[in-house]
Amino acid sequence: MNVTELDNVVVRFSGDSGDGMQLTGTLFSNLSAILGNEISTFPDFPAEIRAPQGTLGGVSGFQVHLGSSKVYTPGDIADVLVAMNPAALKVNAKGVKKTGIVVIDTDSFGEKDLEKAGYKTDNPFEELGFSEVTQIIPVPLTTLTKASLADFGMDNKAVVRSKNMFALGVVCWLFNRPIDKAIHFLENKFIKKPDLLKANVKVLTDGYNYGNNLHLNITTFRIEKSSNLPKGTYTSIDGNKATAWGLIAAAEKAGLKLFLGSYPITPASDIMQELASRKDVGVITVQAEDEIAGICTAIGASFAGCLAATSTSGPGLSLKSEAIGLATMAELPLVVIDVQRGGPSTGMPTKTEQTDLSQALYGRSGESPIVVVAASSPADCFYYAYMASKLALEHITPVIFMSDTFLANGSSLWKLPKLAELPDIKPFKAPDSLKNNYNVAKRDAATQIRYWAVPGMEGFEHRNMGLERDAEKGNISTDPQNHQKMVAARAAKIDNVVACIPDVVVEGAQDADLLVVGWGSTKGHLMGAIQRMNSKGHKVALAHFNYINPLPKNTAETLRKYKKVVVCELNTGHFAAFLRSKIEGIHLEQYNKVAGQPFNVTELETVFTALLEK
Amino acid sequence: MIAQDFKSDQYVKFCPGCGDHAIVNSLQKAMAEIGVPTHQTVVISGIGCSSRIPHYLSTYGFNTIHGRGAAIATGVKTANPELMVWQITGDGDCLAIGGNHFIHSLRRNIDLNIILFNNQIYGLTKGQYSPTSKLGFVSKSSPYGTVERPFRPAELTFGARGTFFSRTLDVDLKTSQACMIAAVKHKGAAVVECLVNCVIFNNGAHGWIADRESRADRTIVLEHGKPMIFGANNDKGLVLDGWNLKVVKIGENGITEKDILVHDAKCEDNTLQQKLAMMEGPDMPIALGVIRDFDMETYDAAVNRQISEVRAKSKIKTFDDLVNNCEKWEI
Ligand SMILES: Cc1ncc(C[n+]2csc(CCOP(=O)(O)OP(=O)(O)O)c2C)c(N)n1
Ligand code: SF4
Ligand SMILES: [Mg+2]
Repeated sequence: MNVTELDNVVVRFSGDSGDGMQLTGTLFSNLSAILGNEISTFPDFPAEIRAPQGTLGGVSGFQVHLGSSKVYTPGDIADVLVAMNPAALKVNAKGVKKTGIVVIDTDSFGEKDLEKAGYKTDNPFEELGFSEVTQIIPVPLTTLTKASLADFGMDNKAVVRSKNMFALGVVCWLFNRPIDKAIHFLENKFIKKPDLLKANVKVLTDGYNYGNNLHLNITTFRIEKSSNLPKGTYTSIDGNKATAWGLIAAAEKAGLKLFLGSYPITPASDIMQELASRKDVGVITVQAEDEIAGICTAIGASFAGCLAATSTSGPGLSLKSEAIGLATMAELPLVVIDVQRGGPSTGMPTKTEQTDLSQALYGRSGESPIVVVAASSPADCFYYAYMASKLALEHITPVIFMSDTFLANGSSLWKLPKLAELPDIKPFKAPDSLKNNYNVAKRDAATQIRYWAVPGMEGFEHRNMGLERDAEKGNISTDPQNHQKMVAARAAKIDNVVACIPDVVVEGAQDADLLVVGWGSTKGHLMGAIQRMNSKGHKVALAHFNYINPLPKNTAETLRKYKKVVVCELNTGHFAAFLRSKIEGIHLEQYNKVAGQPFNVTELETVFTALLEK
Repeated sequence: MIAQDFKSDQYVKFCPGCGDHAIVNSLQKAMAEIGVPTHQTVVISGIGCSSRIPHYLSTYGFNTIHGRGAAIATGVKTANPELMVWQITGDGDCLAIGGNHFIHSLRRNIDLNIILFNNQIYGLTKGQYSPTSKLGFVSKSSPYGTVERPFRPAELTFGARGTFFSRTLDVDLKTSQACMIAAVKHKGAAVVECLVNCVIFNNGAHGWIADRESRADRTIVLEHGKPMIFGANNDKGLVLDGWNLKVVKIGENGITEKDILVHDAKCEDNTLQQKLAMMEGPDMPIALGVIRDFDMETYDAAVNRQISEVRAKSKIKTFDDLVNNCEKWEI
């Protein structure tokens, strides 16, 4: 049998939302990561928990990109598709390479199944226009799984549910994954459920052996260990968990309790759930009665001296607007996490978009500037959630931390940090010298940062409020000059944050003919595209932003250096408009997509090529 | 400590004759008697005339946004259960825009002392009807009279499974202080409904019980363990007549003091407490004092207890432990 050595490969698992595709995909990705591959994953599932079986609407997918060198994205198009039923095949037909491999469960390709998925003929491959060169591996998954578990005395439902493990076994064979490693991995996973473990191991092994004994004329793959990764201890982490852990690390570093007030909403709920399960490190979570109460409990906790955060998605951010205004006026540290999804309104709850940027920047009454930070990979959600906390505590301000569905649910490799390696966090607490001479308006003259004093501190009793305060005495004030002064002070405080954030870096060809600008979760796709262009001899560069407000101090200078600049984002141009408002006279091209899906590298390449020719 | 210790340097700006003046005085006296120092005391309010009160106190204070005081106070108390936390709120702030937070803070039994200023009007916004305004009430926003039935704060408290309800009248300083002190002693969310007079926009809303002469006959100040006796001559009492409460006169029809009901505020079953709280004139006296006071584990205590329990058992205590115990591998 042939084994092809590959740099990287994209695998897509696809089936009914009840078929366990998310678990199968996660297991395969983690297994690959353990074997030293770089990974990037993209789960794509319907909002319905259990849509009607076998229908197009119920198809749930999990895509993983594995590689031995820099894996930037979950990949555009799959080399290998596992389709558990005809609906899954149909939904993903355009997402597989012509020369790819398709594994199907022949037991689920009966007449009825084809009908449910709306096929007109009994040859789905021909009907979908699959090429002759596509290699199809038909496996009677259901029958084989039943046979595999015949002696286990399990009920039929549980048996059929295990067929995803059979499929995983076949895929492990296809990728020359050592089966013992996979089994070891399962052992850790099901450590508390020995019966389930036994069954899963049996089915997985049978699946692997089935592939091995097929003697098909099929090329299997081997992907070498990544050589790019710095040596160290790694795990695979999704964006939501990384965000939660970033807050945990920041609180400990700052020497404060961590408090989260939140209300469930897709795709942000996992952050609350992760933190609710982390009582071992002392996290306090309140599942509030709504998003307003979520942020308000956090504001209360901040007033009381915690590192306080609230987590939500777009519609929830709308509800929090007034309270973010309060935190801005009261000048309290607060991390507001917005895991963006398709909008407006309920929109597309499980899909990805960057359409909340304007809301984050401007969505409050009055003059209310705040800090906005965005993560750009599942793993770096950790770092940017940490930095969002640091900025909030050191500048005594609300900070909006932006993630999205793509980051939240996707996972990437993460080199485990030690707390000692992370930057210091020094909350800007009122110094002892202000005892008995403190009020809510006391601030550092140079940075305009307000001194934070919290209940329990004797001699620092004060009244805070959403009302305007006298700049000296801290009492309620409606004096015109005072208001003008306070508006300026609050703005200066945010502008001064620029001294604490790094410059934006240009990656790729420094003398590029085209500078690509992006922010947040699109970094992988943009990087992938410019690398591909540059390897073909073009000169393209990327300036990617994680710090949105304030912008890094070299932003204008950097963007002005290039003749052609294109701002790419998954909205209709929020960041481009923001940049134009900050850099007078700058001309920016735009590429925008609002389809609930991430960019793909091929589409970007086409856009950039056209721009270069323009 | 004395009341003066709890006064801030701010001039109290309620209208002359506003009932809120008296409540602030009662509150400062109650705080002095309770004796928790100013730096351990937090007063959270929303928006409204009444919500200005934190500015008049020398404690930690936070005059927040309209209706959200309960949620903010919940955050303060859960974050630091050692603090004594008060919530100042109006009938609009608490029962209209903040209704959701109010019922959930009661349901959770978070340990707050909630002072609800019920003047049956929106004072600060200059005289629109509120969720407690009587049916048919004429105001700027209801020129032909309201067509909405009012909430009764007691009923809402009981409906939300509140563990403490008391009621007082602005001018009755003694009852006000007693209610506030009992609220602090109570473990959980304690509602002190203050019937206050807005002289400007709803003068005399509580007029039926406001004047001293008739008040003794028209109100009953309930005390746990004491017979439900009231009246200028202390000769009226409450008895059960079937499922209902009835006013009787001691000495008439063979009624003696022994026949009069004894108030049980500590009883878990709130049926009778609710009946007492719902009494209305002219046939029945309006109940003041502590009507329900049933101690239960508080939300803030339970949250922090759970954390201590998990921490005591877990080998993971720090971020580094967390990282060391996750599924990981060397590359
Ligand atoms: C979001 C928001 N909506 C409306 C208002 C206007 N507003 C301020 S106070 C108030 C009502 C106050 O009534 P109440 O709570 O009964 O307090 P009172 O003034 O009677 O003490 C309203 C509607 C506001 N400040 N904020
Ligand atoms: S308007 Fe009414 S409630 Fe407000 S201060 Fe004046 S009297 Fe008091
Ligand atoms: Mg009112």
